Amino acid sequence: MKHKVATNVNGRAHEHEVEPRLLLVHYLRDTLGLTGTHIGCDTSQCGACTILVDGKAVKSCTMFAVQAEGRKLQTIEGLAKEGQLHPIQQAFWDEHGLQCGYCTPGFIMGSVYLLEQNPNPTEDEIRKGLEGNLCRCTGYVNIVKAVQSAAKTMAGAPAKSGSKAALTAGGE
Amino acid sequence: MIPAAFEYARASSVDEATKLLNKYGEDAKVLAGGHSLIPLMRLRLAQPKALVDINGIKELDHIKESGGKLHIGALTRHVTIQNSPVVKDKLPILADVAGEVGDNQVRNMGTMGGVIAHADAAGDYPTIALMLDAEIVTNQRTIAAKDFFKDLFTTPLAADEIVVEVVFPVAEGPHKYIKFRRRLFDWAIVGAGAQKMNGGWRIGLTNVGPTPVRAKAVEEALHKGAKPEEAAEHASDGLNPSGDLRASPEYKKHLARVLVKRAIQQAQ
Amino acid sequence: MSVSQMVGAKIHRREDPRLITGHGRYTDDLTRAGLVHLAVVRSPHAHARILSIGVEAARKAPGVIAVFTAKDFKDVIGGPATFPVAPVFAPIKLANPPRYPIAAEEVCYQGEPVAVVVAEQRGQAADAAQLVDVDYETLPAVMDIEEALKPGSPKAHLDQKDNIAWDTTYVPWEATDKAFKDAEVVVKERILQQRLSPNPMESRVVMAEYDPFDKRMTMWLSTQNPHWIRLFVGGALSLGEHQLRVISHDVGGGFGSKISPYPEDYIVPACAKLLERPIKYTETRTEAVQNAYAGRGQIFDIEVAAKKDGTLLGMRLTQMLDAGAYIGTFGAFQTCACLLAGGAYHWQAISSRSVAVLTNKITTDPYRGAGRPEATHAVERMIDLVAHEIGMDPAELRRKNFIQKAEFPYTQNFGLTMDSGDYEKAMDKALKIVGYEDLRKKQKELRKQGRYLGIGLSTWIELCGLGPGAVTGPATGGVVLSESALVKIHPTGGVSIYVGTHNHGQGNDTTHAQIAADALGLPMEQIDIRHGDTNEGPGFGYGTYGSRSLAVGGIAIQRASNKVIDKAKKIAAHILEAAEEDIVFDQGKFHVKGAPDKSKALGEVAFAAYGQLPEGMEQGLEAVAYFEPPNFVWPFGTHICVVEVDPETGAVDMQKYVAVDDCGNVVNPMIVAGQLHGGIAQGIAQALFEEMIYDEESGQLRSATFLDYVMLTANEMPTLELDSTVTPSPTNDLGVKGIGEAGTIASTVAVINAICDALSPLGIKHVDMPATPDRLWKQMKGASKASSNGKEARQ
Repeated sequence: MKHKVATNVNGRAHEHEVEPRLLLVHYLRDTLGLTGTHIGCDTSQCGACTILVDGKAVKSCTMFAVQAEGRKLQTIEGLAKEGQLHPIQQAFWDEHGLQCGYCTPGFIMGSVYLLEQNPNPTEDEIRKGLEGNLCRCTGYVNIVKAVQSAAKTMAGAPAKSGSKAALTAGGE
Repeated sequence: MIPAAFEYARASSVDEATKLLNKYGEDAKVLAGGHSLIPLMRLRLAQPKALVDINGIKELDHIKESGGKLHIGALTRHVTIQNSPVVKDKLPILADVAGEVGDNQVRNMGTMGGVIAHADAAGDYPTIALMLDAEIVTNQRTIAAKDFFKDLFTTPLAADEIVVEVVFPVAEGPHKYIKFRRRLFDWAIVGAGAQKMNGGWRIGLTNVGPTPVRAKAVEEALHKGAKPEEAAEHASDGLNPSGDLRASPEYKKHLARVLVKRAIQQAQ
Repeated sequence: MSVSQMVGAKIHRREDPRLITGHGRYTDDLTRAGLVHLAVVRSPHAHARILSIGVEAARKAPGVIAVFTAKDFKDVIGGPATFPVAPVFAPIKLANPPRYPIAAEEVCYQGEPVAVVVAEQRGQAADAAQLVDVDYETLPAVMDIEEALKPGSPKAHLDQKDNIAWDTTYVPWEATDKAFKDAEVVVKERILQQRLSPNPMESRVVMAEYDPFDKRMTMWLSTQNPHWIRLFVGGALSLGEHQLRVISHDVGGGFGSKISPYPEDYIVPACAKLLERPIKYTETRTEAVQNAYAGRGQIFDIEVAAKKDGTLLGMRLTQMLDAGAYIGTFGAFQTCACLLAGGAYHWQAISSRSVAVLTNKITTDPYRGAGRPEATHAVERMIDLVAHEIGMDPAELRRKNFIQKAEFPYTQNFGLTMDSGDYEKAMDKALKIVGYEDLRKKQKELRKQGRYLGIGLSTWIELCGLGPGAVTGPATGGVVLSESALVKIHPTGGVSIYVGTHNHGQGNDTTHAQIAADALGLPMEQIDIRHGDTNEGPGFGYGTYGSRSLAVGGIAIQRASNKVIDKAKKIAAHILEAAEEDIVFDQGKFHVKGAPDKSKALGEVAFAAYGQLPEGMEQGLEAVAYFEPPNFVWPFGTHICVVEVDPETGAVDMQKYVAVDDCGNVVNPMIVAGQLHGGIAQGIAQALFEEMIYDEESGQLRSATFLDYVMLTANEMPTLELDSTVTPSPTNDLGVKGIGEAGTIASTVAVINAICDALSPLGIKHVDMPATPDRLWKQMKGASKASSNGKEARQ
């Protein structure tokens, strides 16, 4: 039997009839077409599917879509506002915090939660706070740097001056 | 992978949940945090016919202190326990343990009741519950922790029985829980807890057998005045852990001794 | 000449905006109208005979469109008799069972496909797959390399006479007789290289759509190698290159596991053809850990002869390699360990031999480093053992035997020419950064307190940038590993560049654009880099692996750009009314020698190129270049790891990690550092954490999830201190080398050497990987027992 699920995703209301077994991550990807949230494992380790549910970071592969009834969801697609990257997105770009990019949306969403809980984390707190996300490319070095740099920006410190890089890379 | 199909029902009260469980029978499962159940369903190692979702039962999400006891509702998330001023104050070892379960995302979903009812030998709450003589309150009765963890993944819970809350004693004294693992989000290879309480020590061990273990021989040795390193030698008395991918039985027994020693030494 | 502006600069990656906003295009993000889904029924056994396959219940299940077994594919996928479905590029193939994408009678590894289900929805396909009833007769599984070599061993395939896939001696043992006769010291060790699962975060996804009217097949898949896939799959499905288009947009990591073709690469398009429906297969993580081509899986027996003054004389090395159930398409590349075992040092002679066996496990194939981490591990461990034996500092022993800067190009013991190097410089820099002298003093002090600090060196070298035709051609059935690029300048100056390499995180979209921007004198924004679509660009592309995208692919781009400029000069001469030889190209503009004020921009010349031209000149401004490198490139460096081992628990605390690497000229230092970070992390993970653990009886993989296959997280990763030296390569015009695999090649043995150094006071000389707390504790416990009778402790 299908169940009605009404959600608000990135500020937009949605309502669908879904099978109970539909995982929240598949609802986002297949039903809503929000494919920025990825799936990297079967067992809730990798965190590639991390989104915010009512402001809390959760692994959307370990929740059924029916459980999202009445919830407010935020995915990677909802992070940039009016064409402005979120400071964490910007920091991942500036600090080369991604390579293949597959784990990146999960890391960014996990970092949003991390900095909301702890706006001024130590390096150790960042490393511990990102324990639920796996990356196979970066060795985490620049991910940690990105979160540090985003924390500074979000605290109102002047953003690092754009290198030649920032000037030439441009947007898409 | 996608789980096998099942029926789904939301319960808004314990009574409603009980009725639903009765309706679906043996093949129904309770869905709380889902972090043990859903991965098993995705691997199709679990294929329940129905899930009764108790996440909407608000009264199960509570932390209350009364009469020297700390009542933790079954639906209380790890993150809530970790950050609760009451828990930090009245049973700080439990706040520490909650902060080391899984990772941020897991702690935002996983629940006290889920861990207790799942009765995984590598779970940390069961060890604390056992060593502190906690009580598990269900919709039908109250079960002492020592009677609750029967075997690996085995408890006396009936098919229509739901954990409502876990009642711990208040213990503000020196304490330490050491969870030895390779990565932060991993389960314990071996865990050891030490809690000073009512003038004596309570010592518990995680993942050294099918159920949590209370190291009474260590407690007694300490009571007789043994030094931590002497008493800890008894931590592996009577243990017969099974080996797994992370550790051999001998190493687990060795770790039990080392970690108990360190837990007592580091308790504050 | 244009002044170099972009090459060498820290340019932020142009591919990032889509990836950080959730707008990447990974294969599973794509769909087609009317898409249906495929699930694979796999053997749960490592080795079994298929007695029967019952498909009726599955066929009747909701949403099921078809259930196919091997016999259903015989008219669609060419069989072993007609075409080698999964070719094997190995110079010697003894036991080489033909591989068909789906088993008919015998399954030879856990996970081998036996049936497929196609259904309207993915969940329905998975449901029906559970209903396929396969009756197996289990057979003895071959799980151990040495057991497999024994004459009476069970066979990994019933119809093979033995399990030996190849047995190659590169230099016979007699060649090192003199070295061992002259030796004052001989050290021996057995080094185990455990099996690893590559585990890119994106598992494999294959989607295919067939147009029965135009007879065109389109495949979308996550691969490092679209053109090779087109070659293999097209051949098997009797589709010419003109009929088969392979598209690979964003790829979520590869690390070698997405080079060779997989069964589903054939099965999915075959089903699309049979059913005339677009079909997608999305691999689950458990399927990926079981079935992705694994790395390493080798045993090395090594002996080294030396003088007491530390002069290295000879080495004898035997590689025993677990090829898995079928020889991997590029599996034989791993034998390069036998050719590189001399490392950065002078040797009188080296003998080596590689023996590969078939087992009932998933195939092994190149995994990040492929043969070079193994070679580095072999030589760097043996150097430390010699140093320990003669009581010499391991850094000094290295210094004494290094190939010297002035000796390059240096022909090493196996006849390979090492292009350039300055090994001592890199080592000295690393020693200084780590504070080597002070660390040795600290180590002494701590030992007195019963604490075990260890310092491990790895003065690594590698060969990459595959590769010269003379070496690669014979191994790949005649296809040399050159690289192609097509540079098109459109009428108003926009530039499209198509390159045959691919990008799965390396940042090629950016570095390739940097090279082209300099070569064409244009801003990067005007240049689009494209790859991953076989319908675009030159006739063939060779893919991304073996740290080749820059040193081979980048050079192809530069050469094609130069060809375009050569033609543009002719056109500029025409519009500037001057002789071609008088035209100067400088920073994107053409002018007549001595008259820089009167110039034409490349864009203007491009417009003219599509207009009326003098007789004999063709319109257009585009060029293709294929670059076949004359040699490999040879990066090098020194990594130093500092650990402390907890004597009570065996836990390893990584305290410091210093890496000084040299990859020649650097195009983008930010990307070089990123490649090193990730490479080092993977190497550390092999040393301490990762291992594919099989049940030796049943042959089933026990570490098949991310819970049990232990990859490190941010918390376990130590802080890295990186530095570099720059020794340009003479092999290519840019003087560049590769860096994609360097970290992995270097780091594993640095960690293990540090642990061995830490535990040396206990009489421990060598530790196996992964160096888990359990393993180290047992070894320490054994050491205290063994020390009384002088035996080396090893568990």
